[in-house]
Formats: sequence, structure tokens, C-alpha cells
Amino acid sequence: MFAYIVRRLIYAIPILVGVNLLTFTLFFVVNSPDDMAASQLGDKYVTPEAIENWKQKNGYDKPLFLNPDAAGVAQITDTIFFDKSVRLFAFDFGRSESGRDITTDVATRMWPSLAVALPTFLVGIGVNICVALMVVMFRGTRLDRGAVFVFVALMSISYLFYIIGGQFLVAKTWRLVPISGFHTEGQVWKFLILPVLVGVVAGIGAGARWYRTLFLEEANQDYVRTARAKGCSELSILFRHILPNALIPILTGVVVLIPSLFMGSLLIESFFGIPGLGSYMLDAINSQDFAIVRSMVFIGSILYIIGLLLTDISYTWADPRVRLS
Amino acid sequence: MLSRLAAPRTRAALLLIGATLLAGCTDGPWNNPNPDSPPGLVTYQSVMTPLPPKHLDPALSYAADESLFLMQIYEPPMGYHYLKRPYELLPLGVEDFPEITYINAEGEIIDPQAEDVAYSVYELTVRADARYQPHPAFALDDRGAPRYLFKDASESRPYRQISDFPELGSRPVAANDYVYAIKRLADPFNASPMLGFMAQYIVGMEDFSARLKDVPRDGWVNLDDYRMDGLEVVDDRTFRITIKGRYPQFSYWLAMHFFSPIAPEVDRFFHNPGFLDRNLTLDWWPVGSGPFMMVKNDPNSEIVLERNPNFREDYFPTEGAPGDAEQGLLEDAGKRLPLIDRAVFRLEKEVLSLWTKFLQGYYDRSGESHGNTNRVFDQAFVVGPNGVELGAELASHGITVSPDVKPAIYYYGFNMRDPVLGGYTEERRKLRRALQIAFDTEEYLKIFYKGNGIPAQSPIPPGIPGFVEGEAGINPYVYDWVDGAPKRKSIEHAKQLLTEAGYPNGRDARTGEPLKIFIDVQSQAISSTSMNWMDRAFGRIGVQVEYRPADWNRTREKLLTGNTQIFSHGWLADYPDPENFLFLLYGPESPLICNCDGANNASYERPEYDDLFRQMRVLPAGEERDALVARMVDLYREDAVWLYGFYPKDIYLNNPWVHNNKRHGISKNTLKYVRIDDDLRERKREEWNQPVIWPLYAMSALLVALLLPGIIAYRRRLRATARQ
Repeated sequence: MFAYIVRRLIYAIPILVGVNLLTFTLFFVVNSPDDMAASQLGDKYVTPEAIENWKQKNGYDKPLFLNPDAAGVAQITDTIFFDKSVRLFAFDFGRSESGRDITTDVATRMWPSLAVALPTFLVGIGVNICVALMVVMFRGTRLDRGAVFVFVALMSISYLFYIIGGQFLVAKTWRLVPISGFHTEGQVWKFLILPVLVGVVAGIGAGARWYRTLFLEEANQDYVRTARAKGCSELSILFRHILPNALIPILTGVVVLIPSLFMGSLLIESFFGIPGLGSYMLDAINSQDFAIVRSMVFIGSILYIIGLLLTDISYTWADPRVRLS
Repeated sequence: MLSRLAAPRTRAALLLIGATLLAGCTDGPWNNPNPDSPPGLVTYQSVMTPLPPKHLDPALSYAADESLFLMQIYEPPMGYHYLKRPYELLPLGVEDFPEITYINAEGEIIDPQAEDVAYSVYELTVRADARYQPHPAFALDDRGAPRYLFKDASESRPYRQISDFPELGSRPVAANDYVYAIKRLADPFNASPMLGFMAQYIVGMEDFSARLKDVPRDGWVNLDDYRMDGLEVVDDRTFRITIKGRYPQFSYWLAMHFFSPIAPEVDRFFHNPGFLDRNLTLDWWPVGSGPFMMVKNDPNSEIVLERNPNFREDYFPTEGAPGDAEQGLLEDAGKRLPLIDRAVFRLEKEVLSLWTKFLQGYYDRSGESHGNTNRVFDQAFVVGPNGVELGAELASHGITVSPDVKPAIYYYGFNMRDPVLGGYTEERRKLRRALQIAFDTEEYLKIFYKGNGIPAQSPIPPGIPGFVEGEAGINPYVYDWVDGAPKRKSIEHAKQLLTEAGYPNGRDARTGEPLKIFIDVQSQAISSTSMNWMDRAFGRIGVQVEYRPADWNRTREKLLTGNTQIFSHGWLADYPDPENFLFLLYGPESPLICNCDGANNASYERPEYDDLFRQMRVLPAGEERDALVARMVDLYREDAVWLYGFYPKDIYLNNPWVHNNKRHGISKNTLKYVRIDDDLRERKREEWNQPVIWPLYAMSALLVALLLPGIIAYRRRLRATARQ
């Protein structure tokens, strides 16, 4: 397995270079270094000298990909792309265009993201699995058909509706929790109730329907009939027999998300005022802060690759017949 | 079932749930998003929207949202009277107005009225009682050496925030601190947005900047070691700034945060090794002598200011503008400032959250730099018999309104070099006037801005000298004065002008082709409904419109290259002088002439206007200057340079416990005047935020109702025989 992991990590390098190249190209197609300088310097009295000074200070005064004025390898290395990208592989994210240390910001902001994303993820999975198993228990009945109808209806509603509806009802009309915010001083949990609730409810439709499909496939297997014939209770059949056998497809969809929980959610964080990495990314895009966008895309890629690797490893735990080589 | 409830495990679970719910029943309402304030301190609760500040270094920042913080912490040499209108300049960080000496090219002192002024020397004396906030940069050890200077990053590692430094110090503000701050503007390493502009005026700034470019940057560079010709420290409290020629507006610039004092030891402190990696920089931890000091800077969440214990003696003004006393704005006259102890600004990105918290009483005001009432908060206002009024809910809360006509103008300009619409012939003027008349600004503002704007009759907004009210102030090419109010000329008149311009019924008389105009719009700043409205407005005179939406970067590119026909733009005053608006039409300011981000995006070039502008720029306030301004406005109207314009009006709402809410269009250092009735706030918050409990019971009942049939069916199935 060790060799497999090492091989997968080596494969990750060209993927990361490619992602970085793509991000860089896309960003600079839309924003030139001059645009970035003008955006940072404001709208008034921006002189060409001020733009040049800004570019020089922030390392954007070189050619993008190829430096024809340099000699030898420096033609490649003395460019914005090389300067800004290579250091990422050493996990040196540098500074944002407004001068803040990105590593410090990421380290600070990932915890609020995790504080919302982890409970949403865990409670969501638990609720979805329980609901799906319950529906499977009544498969073929009116309860089952009604549940599928409700799932599809829940899936069809926009995520924004859940957020705004939740804020309007729970926080504005009923005044049960704060409408948004996040503080580490005092009762953090009261800021988490609503985003977690919204995240869980918004995910029930798609999640429970997906798990129901997986469990239904297993529910018709011979081993289930055997277990029932042996006199096992329905709960025991659902949780001890069907659930473990349906784990492989569940893990495929779930484990890959675990590392990305640090990255937060763009919508939830933005609407609920959670100072996490999701809103960090959104702010960076709005303010054309390429240094942050680049770093966040890089971190996101790494976490996704780790998620895929963990998924593969989790297969061996869920199904002993699987061997990684 | 009941016996199950009595089971020990179930009871424990119920107890746990009950305890958790009870834990929510802490002091005060459940939905309070604010952490408890330190006891005994009156805290002002407000917002920063929609993005956190990017820069808090006075040399780098050039945004109103950032100025909101900087102007509470720093004291530049000059400031403005809080209440008086038109805006009145006052000494702030210095004892008195600058003493100006005029010098000719030979270096001789000459009469202020002389024409051969080569230089103006501004002499300023720092207040004797101005003192910096307590800060570790000023802390000294037993030998009098700086306490916190580190050799390497490992030594400074234990310090992650300013509050981690146990020892603090302070000292009086010195004349050299102001000089040092100007040198920082000139240091190319700081990339100050002011460098290019100020270098045109301050003697030696350009050379100083060029010299600094070659200085190696390994750690702190003491700018005191480098001389700038235009700066002189006379003694501990007196300094001089020499500028080229005569530039009366320079006094206004001295009221901006760029000229705030920076102590060299503070600059050195923030250049300690390793500090940059922990965001310990002057750009994030401003250090000043103003009424407040920054105690927390978490731009992701909140910025907290606290009263500066070393702030000089400053008092609430005893006189104001007419009507201020009647509005209770002089109730605090003569009281020592600031009137609050603490101010918390929270980041709010979403309008629903902001408004809900404001209405629940958790924010004292609806906004700071933006009123947030335009377009986004419809229920705030209703149209009553006397025009727009506060809605019933807000009125019942005792909320007050502070309208603020900004010293700003938003406009759509014509590209005067455009082959179809540009040019200075009478036909082209008539064509542009016809379009001006067709664009019904009054209707546009009513529909799209809820009436929060005033149609512009000239480039100069209210509150700025040169703005003329009444019949004398209307643009006679677009309006008539009827029944004591301006009335837009008729569409028939516009059609007539169009015919005289060679476009009868909106068609080119020579080719028969319909006239189509192209408007460059910023994608995010325009809606399809407003485009439809404009289609209809110009359709009334037979003119077709095509829109060219683009993001700001592309729009800027088009303006720089003149590749536009009609464009949208805006300008917010830096200082209350007509020069700051009339330069938007000054020929050399055209991006195509200056090869820069010039302000004259219309590329208006009329030699007479440019001559008048050059004369007006150097004249002191007075009749002569007023006459020049009036003539320039006439030329602007005659040439019909902009399609339309309006002076934006922001409306700020204040909860009833907030006092002294008069808005100041130019200055941001008004936090020190705010007074909060803390007791009333607490009472109202309690009253407005009683939780509604029944939905909790309803949801629990619903959950049980959903689960119960399933449980019953499950139990029935377990008991069922194989046949069943």
C-alpha cells in the first residue's frame, strides 16, 4: 500500500502544475497586472509610475510566461508564472496583494470553516442514512413513494431559498438564534445552529434519495433474506447487514469531501458571516487578489487529491477483498 | 411508552437536552450576535461593508471605507468643522492654519497677490498637547533604548498581536513625524497612490523618490537619513512644506489621512524581523494620536477601536449651521470628546443580515460609508403625502433618518472625440442636447434610486462653492423655470433639436439610417430594467440604443483608449472646492492627452475652459473666482458634455439611542461626536428580541408526528407472522 500511496502522490505533481497553469492563464486572461495594480491603487490619480511601482513591489513587473530578455533557463524562471507558482509547491503562499500573509490567514480561517462544515457533514450523513434506511424499510409502500416525492421536492428547491428562508423564519421572525456572525468569545454554538440546520435540511433531499437507491439494491440481496429468515430484527438487518455492504459507494462520495471541509462553503459562509476560507476565496475573487485565488485553488487541489487517496484507502477498510497495489 | 420515559438512560438524555436548551437562556435575548462589552464602557456597534479594508496605512489607503478607521486613529494637520455648512476647514493636528509664504524664482519673499509666485511655503506648528496612543513601539528600556527591537525572526516569534507586548509607551507628536509621513508617500517601495499626484506639487518629491528607488531594502530604511528639498523641520513642533507655484487647494489636502504623522520609531518597530509574516505591519495596526486606537483588527470578522487615553483635550463644537440647535445637535456642546469609549465594526456582507440586526437593535446605525437604503431595503420607506417617509415599523421603533447628499456626482458622459456624438459644432451640440432632454433624469432617479438623488444642473454638487440654487442655477438648455421649479424641456423640443442637428425623426438626413447610440456600461452596475427604460426614453425621439456591457477592467481600458461613445462614471470629492469637480473637464486631464488614468474621460477640450481653469485653480475664494467658476459651468452646459448627471443622496438610519447623527460629506473623523444612550439601548433590545417559542414546540410535535407512524408500523411488522 505504501508504494501505491507514494505513486499516487507523485502522480499528483503534474496535476497540480496543470491546475496552477490553468488558474494562472484564466486569471490573467481577465486581469492584466496593470488591472490588478489599478484595482489596488484605487480609481483616482493613478499614474503610470504608480502602477509601475506597485507592479515592481509585488513582483508583477516581469513577463507572464517567457522572458525573452533573459538568458538560458532564466527565460522560464524569470517570469511571473515561475515566481508565483514554484513557491506554492514549498507551501509558501506568500502575501496577498494587499500585503497580508496568506499562510497566517488560511491557518486562522480554516477553523471557522471547519466549525460549520464538520457538524453539517457528520449530522447530514447521519440523518440522510437514517432517513434512507427508514424509507427502505417501508419500500414499495405509500410511505416510500411519499418520501421519494418529498426528496425530489427538497432537491428542487434552491440552496439560497433554504438559507434566506431559514434566516427569515428562525432568526428574524422567531428570534431564536443570531441571523449571522461568528465569535470565539462566548457561545460559538449559537452561531452554528442555523447554518448547520440549513446545511443539513438542504442536503436531505439529494442525500437520502441517493442512499435509498444504494440501500434498495442491497435490500433485495439473498443475504438480507437469509438474515431475516434467521430471525434478525429489521433494525439489525438495516444497520448490521445492509449498511456495511453499501459502504463502498457511500465512501466514494463521502470520503473525498472530508479534506475539503477545511475549504468551507462559499454560500453558507457568505450569508452567515462565517469568517472562513469560503468567504476568503469569494472576497479574493471580488477584489481581484490573484495571490489568494492561486493559493486557494492550489490548496483545494491538494485536498481533493488527498480526498481521492483516502477514498481508495477507505475501500480496503470497508471491504477486505480490496487490495491496493 | 411512559415506562420507557422513566428509564434511566432516557431520563439522562432528556436532562442533557434540557440543560443544553437552558444554557441558551443566558442573560439577554437569544439572538444577540454581539459578545458582551467590557463592563462600564459605552460601545458603539456598527458595520463595515461589504469588504474588509485592504489598507490601513495612511500612505497606501485611498478608499472611503478605510478612511472611516484611519480618520478616527490619526490626526492630519487640518480637519473640518463637524456641523457648519458649507464645509469649513479647521486646524486639527496643528495649532493654527498654515502660514503661507510666497517666493519667486529668485528665492525672494513676494506679495501673496504677485503673479510670479514660484513656490509657496506652508509653515505649520504641531499642537503642544498632541500625543500618541500607548504602543509598544514607544516602549523604552532602562537605558532609554527601544524595548522591542529584535535581531531575528526567532526572537520576535512569541509576539503575534499587538496585545502580546506587555510594555507600552508614548510620546508627544513631533514636527518630524509629519515630515516623515510625507517622505513615506514619496518612498517608491510603499507604492503610495498619492506619489504621482503629490510629486507634481511638493518640491523635491520626485527626486527623493528616484533616489530611494536604488536604496537596498534589507530591513528598515530610516527616511530621516534622506533629505527632501521641499520639507524642513524648523524645531520640535514646527515644520515647513514647500510646493511649486500657488496651489490654494493644498490646505484641503492637508486634511486627508495621507498627511497624518507617522513616528519613525513606529515604522522601525513594524520592520522587526518576522513581523511581516504575522501581519504585524503598519498597514494593519495604525498608530496615531487621534481620539481612538485600534485594539483588534480581524478584517475577516471585526475591527475594534477604543478611546485613546492620551487624546488631547477636544470639545464638542458650541456652534453649528442654522437649524442644528433646533435638531438637538448642540445638546452636547462643550462636552469633552470622544463621547463613547469603544466602537466595534463588524463585517457584514449580506444586506438581510445587516438590516435584521439593525432592526433588532444590534447595530446602532444602518451603515457608515453607505446608507444601504437605496434599492435594497424597500420596506424602510413608504410614499406618503409629503413624499418618501419612514415605514410604520421603523417609525414605531423611533428610528431617525439622516439624509446625506454626498459631495459627489454620477454621470454618463459623451466622448467628445466621437465622430457621431462628439465635436464642437452647433449641430453636434444640438444633437447632444436632444439626448440630454430625452433622458428624463427625474423619472430615472424615482424609478431606480427611490428618488435618492438630485438631478445635476452642473458638475458642482450642493455644499461646494459654485453650486447655485434656484432659477439662476438651472441648465437653460435642458430645463425651464416653471412655477418655482426646474421643468425639463419637452420631447417636441428635443425632436426639433434633433432635426436641426441633421437627424429628423431620429434618422440621418443624408443616409436615412436610424441614429444608433452606444452606451458602455459596467455589467454589475446596470440592470436590464434600466436598459429597457433607456431604450424607451431615447425611443421617444426615435434614437436607438445599443449597450456594451463590460467589467470594470475592460471599461477602464476603453476609457484610457477613448474607445467609447457614451460611458458611465462618478466622482466623489476629495475636498470641498469646485476645482475638484471642474478638473473633470480640464483638457490636459484627458487620458488621451496625459497618457494616464486622467479624470476627463469625456476628453473635453475647449481652450477657453482650460484657460479659465488654470486661472481659477490658483485664485483664493472670492468674487473673481466665483465668476470664473460660473463661466466654466456655462461652457459645460453650452457644449452639453455629459448626457446626464445626478448628485447621489444616501439615507442613513439611526436607532433612537444614537445621538449627533449629522453626516459630514467630506470628513470621516466624526465618531468622536457620536453619543449613545446605553440604558435605552439595553431596554429596547430586550423589548424587541423576545424569542417566539411556539415554533420549537410545533417542530417537536411535527417530528413526533412523523416518527410515530413509522415506529408503530415497525413494531407491528416485528410482531407480524410470516403470512401477514
